[in-house]
Amino acid sequence: MPRDQELAQGIIRGDRESVVRLTREELDAGREAVGILNEGLIPGMDVLGERFARGEAFIPELMAAAKAMNAAMEILRPLLEASGVESLGKVVMGTVKGDMHDIGKNLVCMMLRGAGFEVIDLGVNAGAERFIQAIEESGARLLGMSALLTTTMSRMGGIIEEIRKSRAGAGVRIAVGGAPLDLAYANKIGADGYAKDATVAVECFKGLVAALRTP
Amino acid sequence: MGLLQRFLTKGGLLVGDGAMGTMLQASGLEPGEAPEGLNLIRPRAVREVHQAYADAWADVLTTNTFGANRFRLSLHDLEEGVPEVNRAAAGIAREAALGAGREILVAGGMGPTGALLEPIGDLPFEQAREAFAEQCRALAEGGVDFLLIETMSDLEEVRAAVEACHRNCDLPVLCTMTFDMHGRTMMGTAPEEARKTAERLGVDAFGANCGNGPFEIEAIMQEMADSSRIPLIVQPNAGRPRLADGQINYGVTPERMAEHALRCFETGVRYIGGCCGTTPEHVRAAGEALRRAWDRRPTRLAPSEGIN
Repeated sequence: MPRDQELAQGIIRGDRESVVRLTREELDAGREAVGILNEGLIPGMDVLGERFARGEAFIPELMAAAKAMNAAMEILRPLLEASGVESLGKVVMGTVKGDMHDIGKNLVCMMLRGAGFEVIDLGVNAGAERFIQAIEESGARLLGMSALLTTTMSRMGGIIEEIRKSRAGAGVRIAVGGAPLDLAYANKIGADGYAKDATVAVECFKGLVAALRTP
Repeated sequence: MGLLQRFLTKGGLLVGDGAMGTMLQASGLEPGEAPEGLNLIRPRAVREVHQAYADAWADVLTTNTFGANRFRLSLHDLEEGVPEVNRAAAGIAREAALGAGREILVAGGMGPTGALLEPIGDLPFEQAREAFAEQCRALAEGGVDFLLIETMSDLEEVRAAVEACHRNCDLPVLCTMTFDMHGRTMMGTAPEEARKTAERLGVDAFGANCGNGPFEIEAIMQEMADSSRIPLIVQPNAGRPRLADGQINYGVTPERMAEHALRCFETGVRYIGGCCGTTPEHVRAAGEALRRAWDRRPTRLAPSEGIN
């Protein structure tokens, strides 16, 4: 359907106005919200994610696309909820204690929201107790943790351990990310998932959702 | 002519210092504590790091002010302390430099705001420029020899910082950016594009720092070396951090750092130091290799000497 391609192109270009206009037009034409999301917007984001991974797109393109995506989601979200389409899941997200860097983490939040997750963003400098409290309050079963510094990255393992030991945190699926991390490190500190950048974070959390459903 | 003038006129070598933050961590800085706050509360710890680099024969000591702009300091409720923190840091570095008994330069280190500028992010250009102005005024008052804008990703933020420096002091302005995503900055800026823009902005020397370790950065410097009219700088980190036995280690040894420094020297880079994870041992090894190379460099004949 050419309209889907236009939607996808709008996301890829980060053209917020045309994405919003096309989304409205499609809804007016009787299209279901879920179709617009899954067949137009998300494929656009996927293409951009692949370009990012190849080094053909960078943070500005991702930011623009995520903003366009979120503008469309504001229109679609109430309709998705009304039609009984559940969010992909609630994610508690934060930069770990001692670390004040949030460019990457914010981008991950935007990408997750764009993909249909509900995100509870704790901001920066979040310790185990804040993560645990947010899990308790929200009932989230997914948690994301970011670190930019090697010093704070070395604290992630301890924070994960504390979360897992808490009553609310038992069984929560935890993904980690941030510039100095890699998969080996994520495994070593007991994370369930690792995303090397914001574009693969969405896939990572989708994977964790699937893992939650098949224990 | 002093060290700085020789370097800026492409007639001299500068051995830069290495990491500050990872060194302070080794001496007990807590994660989450602002390294820049130590300039006021534990100046001796900062001084010791400078001293170690001076002892390792660095030509430059970089002030402990990477995050000492209003935006970074506000995360530690220190935003009203920008003038004090920067002046103190300049004083500490100067003291260590003067104690060395040879000429050592003091670089006023300036890192990014940590926020994304409009229109991509929310930070207005003027606010970024004003924050850099506040910081560079304090560094100049504190007596630094030049300003070193480091680890930049966004050319607009570079412009904000360079304009702030030019409008608020007469010191030379040097700048490095971090090309850590497929050889570009995270904002997608390629090295040549960055260097050209920096030259247009009137930066006195330009280059790359931090990133994904020395090997990747070599290729970046090569890309810039051919057409650069201004002197080049490189300050790589000691590789990517790894966890072993509960300790974070950087993979690049001082010996390998020295080899890398030589290769950068051969491409024409003349200010070579280190970033995260580098230590006085890295600086000592690189400095020895570089000074030998400098002494042995083929000196080109001046045109008048060539005809006889």
